[in-house]
Amino acid sequence: MSSAPTVPPLADVTASDASLRRFLHGLPGVDAVGLEARAAMLGTRSVKTTAKAYAIDLAISMIDLTTLEGADTPGKVRSLCAKGLSPDPTDRTAPQVAAICVYPDMAATARAALACSGVRVASVATAFPAGRSALPVKLADTRDAVAAGADEVDMVIDRGAFLSGRYLQVYEEIRAVREACVRPEGSTAAPAHLKVIFENGELSTYDNIRRASWLAMLAGADFIKTSTGKVAVNATLPNTLLMLEAVRDYRAATGTQVGVKPAGGIRTSKDAIKYLVMVNETLGADWLSPEWFRFGASSLLNDLLMQRHKLSTGRYSGPDYVTVD
Amino acid sequence: MSDSAARLSVMKTYKLYVGGKFPRSESGRVYEVTGSKEKWLANAPLASRKDARDAVVAARKAFGGWSGATAYNRGQILYRIAEMLEGRRDQFAAEVAASEGLSRSKSAAQVDAAVDRWVWYAGWSDKVAQIAGGANPVAGPFFNLSSPEPTGVVAVLAPQESSFLGLVSVLAPVIVMGNTAVLVASEDRPLPALSLAEVLATSDLPGGVVNVLSGRTAEIAAPLAAHQDVNAIDLAGAGEALAKELEIAAADNLKRTLRPSSAPDWAADPGTGRLMPFLETKTVWHPMGM
Repeated sequence: MSSAPTVPPLADVTASDASLRRFLHGLPGVDAVGLEARAAMLGTRSVKTTAKAYAIDLAISMIDLTTLEGADTPGKVRSLCAKGLSPDPTDRTAPQVAAICVYPDMAATARAALACSGVRVASVATAFPAGRSALPVKLADTRDAVAAGADEVDMVIDRGAFLSGRYLQVYEEIRAVREACVRPEGSTAAPAHLKVIFENGELSTYDNIRRASWLAMLAGADFIKTSTGKVAVNATLPNTLLMLEAVRDYRAATGTQVGVKPAGGIRTSKDAIKYLVMVNETLGADWLSPEWFRFGASSLLNDLLMQRHKLSTGRYSGPDYVTVD
Repeated sequence: MSDSAARLSVMKTYKLYVGGKFPRSESGRVYEVTGSKEKWLANAPLASRKDARDAVVAARKAFGGWSGATAYNRGQILYRIAEMLEGRRDQFAAEVAASEGLSRSKSAAQVDAAVDRWVWYAGWSDKVAQIAGGANPVAGPFFNLSSPEPTGVVAVLAPQESSFLGLVSVLAPVIVMGNTAVLVASEDRPLPALSLAEVLATSDLPGGVVNVLSGRTAEIAAPLAAHQDVNAIDLAGAGEALAKELEIAAADNLKRTLRPSSAPDWAADPGTGRLMPFLETKTVWHPMGM
């Protein structure tokens, strides 16, 4: 993209498997007890009244409204798009969501439904959620999603390779997928944003999550994402905090800002607000926008809308007043 | 004698009953409960509107399973509650005596009547449909069948005076047909209600079917009456002014509302007056002779 052949910072660490391993294993170890205590402490903040209203609207605008089911149909995707465009039909002041996240074969449907609304189309790719396919298949999957109109691609890393210590293979795979995010010949649009999913639940240790974060950022991820939502352990406050810290340190080291997306298991407004507090305390206001922070969620939106009703009417709302999806 | 004097007294921490668990109030507050002669009895949790909200969520979650259980099964479980209570008569008689200032024999009679009331309502579980439903003759070739169904989550304000017999008399008819309940105990006499929760928890009654809150009736009832996910409210424990206020709030989402009667006699035969208000009639038209 940039024409000048500037040497990117930390370029030497990705020169070989050995140097990459040396770098990743040289990252400071994670203080698990301290991390969990800090995440728990940040979760105790009380956010009320106008601040809560602001947080709820911000959280809605950060949602990647997701449907990733085998039973998805074009009709379901279209209705989800309609919901993303106008989350609360009774209240026009409710903001739009950030993106609609679907499987690649539904990306064209979502693209058509969202048109030029500003809500982006995110598509998972690279044999989501397991990532167990040959590289050419993963790349074809990615190109297909981009050609169908995806603005953002959510890829999964090869956890098998990562856990076996083949870091360079993972690095090169992310690079290759990134190349595949470039628009087809003749298009003037910017390349699709790349979100790299680690599947924290399968990485077993906090140290691994820190290494995966750095690895993905070195490979040029635009966003790092906690999990697919398809395994037992998804986004948690501590592992998201760890990724936020990695993103902060990466910007300090290289000047490049990377976004973070916790996904899976965030169902209540209370949870979402805890994450926002954590972002603000760890990264500051620079990241407090849909540009740099997202929630991968489906049922969270309904809870946010019910809280919004409560704030505007003073009465507790109920599931009869939001859509069933 | 000297042995019992040396023993430390084990005080009971009364707690709320929400979703099958016994939490303290979210607010951390408690209030002093005194007996008939202003003697301190215990501290009871002073529930907040957030406890009420949590209770409604628990009750809504339990509704599908409880309303879907067979009438026979619900009857069995209510009967089981009576069995469990029977084994703890002395405890409840003592609590009622302390709360209401009754003699032991009178309070024991109240507890016996409450146990019998559970049995009586248990029997109604598979009989209400015959009274409230039926085959309707219509002017066309249709089978036309009406059947009563539970309305959903019911907020129940327990009577202020009759802390146990009155409580059972308003609670049992609500749940026997498959509704789930958020029960607000008598403000000054909440201890029998909080102890009843321990019986409910060990009687095969699924968690969340009955949720018991104690505290200021007006404070807890207001958010329940306005709550959009509550389907009905029984105002038995509300005074005249409060009942009017709550009825206005309840009208907002067309809750079914049962007004308090001026001089309730809880010992009398209850009839079906408390069963029917919390039912919806479903009518099915089916073509005949096809």
